[in-house]
Amino acid sequence: MRELTYSEAALEAVAEEMRRDPKVFYMSTDALPPLLNEFGPERIKATPITEAAFTGMAIGAAGCGFRPIADWRQVTFCFVAMDQIVNQAAKIHYMFGGQVNFPILFRASVGGGGRVAAQHSQSPYSMFMNVAGLKMFLPSTPYDMKGLLKTAIRDNNPVISFESSRLMGLKGPVPEGDYTIPFGKADIKREGADVTVVALAWLVHEALAAAEELAKEGISAEIVDPRSLVPLDTETIRNSVRKTGRLVIADEGGPTAGFSAEIAAVATEDPETFARLKAPVRRVCALQVPIPYSPVLENHVFPDRNRIAAGIREVVQARGPARAA
Amino acid sequence: MMSLSPNLPPDKQREMLRRMLTIRRFEERASADYVAGKIYGVVHCYIGEEAVAVGVCSALTQTDRIISTHRGHGHCIAKGADLNRMMAELYGRQAGYCKGKGGSMHIADFGIGMLGANGIVAGGISIITGAGLAAQMEGKGGVAVSFFGDGASNAGPFHECLNIAATWKLPMVYVCENNMWAANTAAAATHAQSDVASRAAGYGIPGVVVDGNDIFAVHQAANAAVDRARSGGGPSLIECKTYRWRGHTERPGQSDPRDQAEIAAWMHKDPITLLERRLHDQGELDDAGRRAMEGEVTGALEAAVAFAEASPFPLPEHATDDVFAA
Repeated sequence: MRELTYSEAALEAVAEEMRRDPKVFYMSTDALPPLLNEFGPERIKATPITEAAFTGMAIGAAGCGFRPIADWRQVTFCFVAMDQIVNQAAKIHYMFGGQVNFPILFRASVGGGGRVAAQHSQSPYSMFMNVAGLKMFLPSTPYDMKGLLKTAIRDNNPVISFESSRLMGLKGPVPEGDYTIPFGKADIKREGADVTVVALAWLVHEALAAAEELAKEGISAEIVDPRSLVPLDTETIRNSVRKTGRLVIADEGGPTAGFSAEIAAVATEDPETFARLKAPVRRVCALQVPIPYSPVLENHVFPDRNRIAAGIREVVQARGPARAA
Repeated sequence: MMSLSPNLPPDKQREMLRRMLTIRRFEERASADYVAGKIYGVVHCYIGEEAVAVGVCSALTQTDRIISTHRGHGHCIAKGADLNRMMAELYGRQAGYCKGKGGSMHIADFGIGMLGANGIVAGGISIITGAGLAAQMEGKGGVAVSFFGDGASNAGPFHECLNIAATWKLPMVYVCENNMWAANTAAAATHAQSDVASRAAGYGIPGVVVDGNDIFAVHQAANAAVDRARSGGGPSLIECKTYRWRGHTERPGQSDPRDQAEIAAWMHKDPITLLERRLHDQGELDDAGRRAMEGEVTGALEAAVAFAEASPFPLPEHATDDVFAA
């Protein structure tokens, strides 16, 4: 199959959806040249550097029947639009009794590794998971990117596409033409028997590398990629943990009240899953610090394949609560 | 000093008066029912400012769009919202505009171009600017109007949106209701310049100050701005100097730092009395007609209250409905 990069797959999804639906238009502080060339300035709007304004404008245009895409570029820039995101976009459908839909796609790159320090290295999706009324996803492959982004553009709700900055150049097979990937459907990126690793985006690849290494030690790891965070496919996660009896969660964000904490709760608060646990749940996350600049410091902060492998070994060797056989 | 009468048919002028009166009676009732415990949370009254909403909205068509503030009943009524569903929403009932999920601060009726009251100061400005963008993309000559207060004019979205609307020539009318007080802080203490309208110069768009208690002055300014927007000329800023008779909210016992003489002076310039007197002097409204109008307005409100009281509360489990659209 033809291969595209992660960012090319996103661009293709947007272009295909814009051809498909004339109500879709794009706002960002810089117009992306391939989109601008094809669709012109009427539908590809370069805004002033005013995320608060164009995020709110996306809400208004959506309420009037359009399907705006508001591209924040980096997630850090959306923090100046938090009122528009949290107080307006997330709540407006519910607060008005569901009388009108607000189909909006927000795009934002997340993650670290770029040596760009704290304000440009963030993985704050957990903050948004905590706000009712927003859907969101974080793809790990070019294939998932295209399929999820197309689903998002067709969804009748505000959806945030978190996109891993580390994966922008990653190549992978992407079908030409139309296909979609539903939200709330996790993907088992590798099957295994001894331990479940739930990971997102870049850490899916690090977890796959760790699994490859651990296979040589006779440890069989199953890698589950939730793909969408809201809605979250709790069934696939629980089924996997029930099968393996062990759970490691890898996240580029910090652990505190984070995505990893949510996944741990999804597994442990379910009686049937809890009863099958053979070891304590282990989280492999970024350190809970602003992301530092110097490579020595930044590398120390983020989890990688070695830390995931260490986490897996820990839970495989650990003894869980006493269980009847 | 009252503006010259515009060439408005007497029927339209009487309709303007009826809407202003409806706003006032609606809010008097809402306030009383709030104090009586039948309406919950918080209620912000627009009494004293009615000429702004009605003067502007009477320059619009039903398909034009507006957005409101936390003090939103007046804009709803001026745009033609249904009193029954408004009152039912205040009562927290299933038949309310928002099925009891919004209350006083969140009434919307997209069917009449009322894109919602909004509980965040300046929260609506960017949303309605997006509606202006939608109108421009639709290409049908639609106009979008942002109502906001003097407080919101100091917030970032005001400036960001005026700039973007001016740059893109969006069919927008920004209406600042300068009621002299941002909650309990005097506008004079928070504005670098006394006239919000003067800020329009920074964005190269028209900015005018009008007497917000003179409905004809408001209407004339709105007509000019709407014509300009509709014809592709871009946005305008209208500052309506007016005054809120009531405290920031209707909560009994709240502190109100305002000078009683200041309040009394503005009540003396009651926008409803001004229009009544004008219609009376023109021979377009006699005492019997005025009494009949009062009776009709009061009757409609009694019906709205009866409708609200007869409407059931939502079921508790409805709390989880409509978080997401299908």
